[in-house]
Amino acid sequence: MFVLWAVATVTFFAVRLIPGDPAEAILGGPGSQTSPEALAAVRAEYGLDQPLLVQYLQQLGRLATGDLGRSYALNMDVGPLVLSQLGGTLLLAVLSLTVAWLIALLLATWSTGRGRLAAQIGSGLEIVAAALPHFWLATTLIVVFSVWAGVLPPISTADARGLVLPVATLAIPLAGFLGQVMRESLAAALESPFVLSARARGESESGVLWRHALRHAALPAISLSGWAFGSLISGAVVVETIFARPGLGRTLLNAVTVRDVPVVVGVVMVVALAYILMTVLTDLASRLADPRPTANGNGALS
Amino acid sequence: MSELEIQASATGRSPGGPSGRVGRLRIGRLRVTVVELAAVLVALLLLTAAVAPRLLAPGDPLAIDPLAAFGAPSWAHWFGTDESGRDIYTRVIDGAGDSLLIGLTATVIGLVLGAVLGTVAGTLGAAVDFTVNRFLEVLFAFPGLLLALLFILVFGPGPGSAIVAVGLSTAPGYARIIRAQLLRVRSAAFVEAATVQGLGRRRILTRHILPNTLAPLLVLGTLGVGQAIVWAAALSYLGLGAQPPAAEWGAMLSAGRTYITSSWWMSFFPGLFIVLTAVCATALGRAIEKRMRHA
Repeated sequence: MFVLWAVATVTFFAVRLIPGDPAEAILGGPGSQTSPEALAAVRAEYGLDQPLLVQYLQQLGRLATGDLGRSYALNMDVGPLVLSQLGGTLLLAVLSLTVAWLIALLLATWSTGRGRLAAQIGSGLEIVAAALPHFWLATTLIVVFSVWAGVLPPISTADARGLVLPVATLAIPLAGFLGQVMRESLAAALESPFVLSARARGESESGVLWRHALRHAALPAISLSGWAFGSLISGAVVVETIFARPGLGRTLLNAVTVRDVPVVVGVVMVVALAYILMTVLTDLASRLADPRPTANGNGALS
Repeated sequence: MSELEIQASATGRSPGGPSGRVGRLRIGRLRVTVVELAAVLVALLLLTAAVAPRLLAPGDPLAIDPLAAFGAPSWAHWFGTDESGRDIYTRVIDGAGDSLLIGLTATVIGLVLGAVLGTVAGTLGAAVDFTVNRFLEVLFAFPGLLLALLFILVFGPGPGSAIVAVGLSTAPGYARIIRAQLLRVRSAAFVEAATVQGLGRRRILTRHILPNTLAPLLVLGTLGVGQAIVWAAALSYLGLGAQPPAAEWGAMLSAGRTYITSSWWMSFFPGLFIVLTAVCATALGRAIEKRMRHA
């Protein structure tokens, strides 16, 4: 709650720093010939003639009731606009997170316990994958799979085939990050006493890996997933633009480009809310996955 | 303990002797892996390109040759040519300076801001720590590029504001790490020893705590440059940073986007160099980290 209020405050005052008259922006930018009467009418309509503090309180009040205001450029309310775009972006982010987890798990478990060459290949792949920028990966995938092979559409269509390339673009770098973290903690877990005792009990090597070590290894990666979700949303800005896919990211970029302030504020608020929810969820998930007893009541991660 | 040793003991095999390892070289007294050596070489190459581009690519990056437009990679044009017949290889090499400078400046801005915030939080008492922490939490609620986009909304697009925007959005992460490190160092045995010796608060802070806190900055900075370059290029790509025809890598990629179906090389090679730089920065950061831990 606090964070949401602070986000609203920061964005409100940041937006006030923008040079130029917002009323002019609504009427089509500084270049347009606007009459003083039209300006005054717009100021009254959007409440811009009130003192700053009143505007701020009004804004907070509107936000509290879920009213995100009206877009300057699109002539529609921000709330419905953001809601209509939210689904596509959430689908993209959740799918990418799942795929990234699968790839990272496969890579980490495959390359662990197979000698050092496998480990080096694995960590090399992860470093390179983590360094791939979305915009480049996306264009390269388009060239290979759409232009040369012609198997997947370069523009994201509504069906499942159109989702493959955007999801791959978002998932591959993320899998690199998660895989690095998972490999390190997996290696550490395999060194720990409880693994030794499992081995001493005659547990098979794969049993040790899957039943004992992996749970520990997954913990840091789970707590990273909140951050990962945030990075996916910001990655969605790039990916949705490239694949011409409707969504929050593209809406945000368009709004920033034409300085459509209410839309930017609305998208930022929704993203912040989603991010906070996701952080809470990952906290819960890591407590569920943590096999250690919670003696001090909070199962603190080391 | 290195990853290799963990591997070896985890699988129950004995680790080979230091000289018998795959992928390790010795240069004088310094032992390096092949990957580290490659990273250093690439870094030197990129730095050469940044400082003296004419050494690697003698041509003019802006020279147009309409007859050779949209040329595929060939002996004459290694990376092909763009829509005006400009040589992509020359432009990529020429763009190294701008791209690296943008990445470095943004990282320095992020590190300095982060260091100041982190140090303030870690030294000025619980109330300040609480305030700064809440502030950081708020900044973390703008994930990734969102903070940068908000900054650009306020100050308008352009290379300058892209740099500051990227620096600003990396600062919270640095601040958090530096604060954690500061708290760890403050409770270390050698700080206690200095307190017992009766040294003044200020002296302990400046002579003992701060140097040990700020040492990891080198690692953070090296790892961060790659990230900063990628983000700055992303902003340029979205048309909010450096603008074409500037030979900045992100802007080149952006320009090549229009011709993606016919001339893939226009966006492939500038992007390849971004990836190369980022991988190289990560490898170098890891190498420095490893050596500092052993030292």
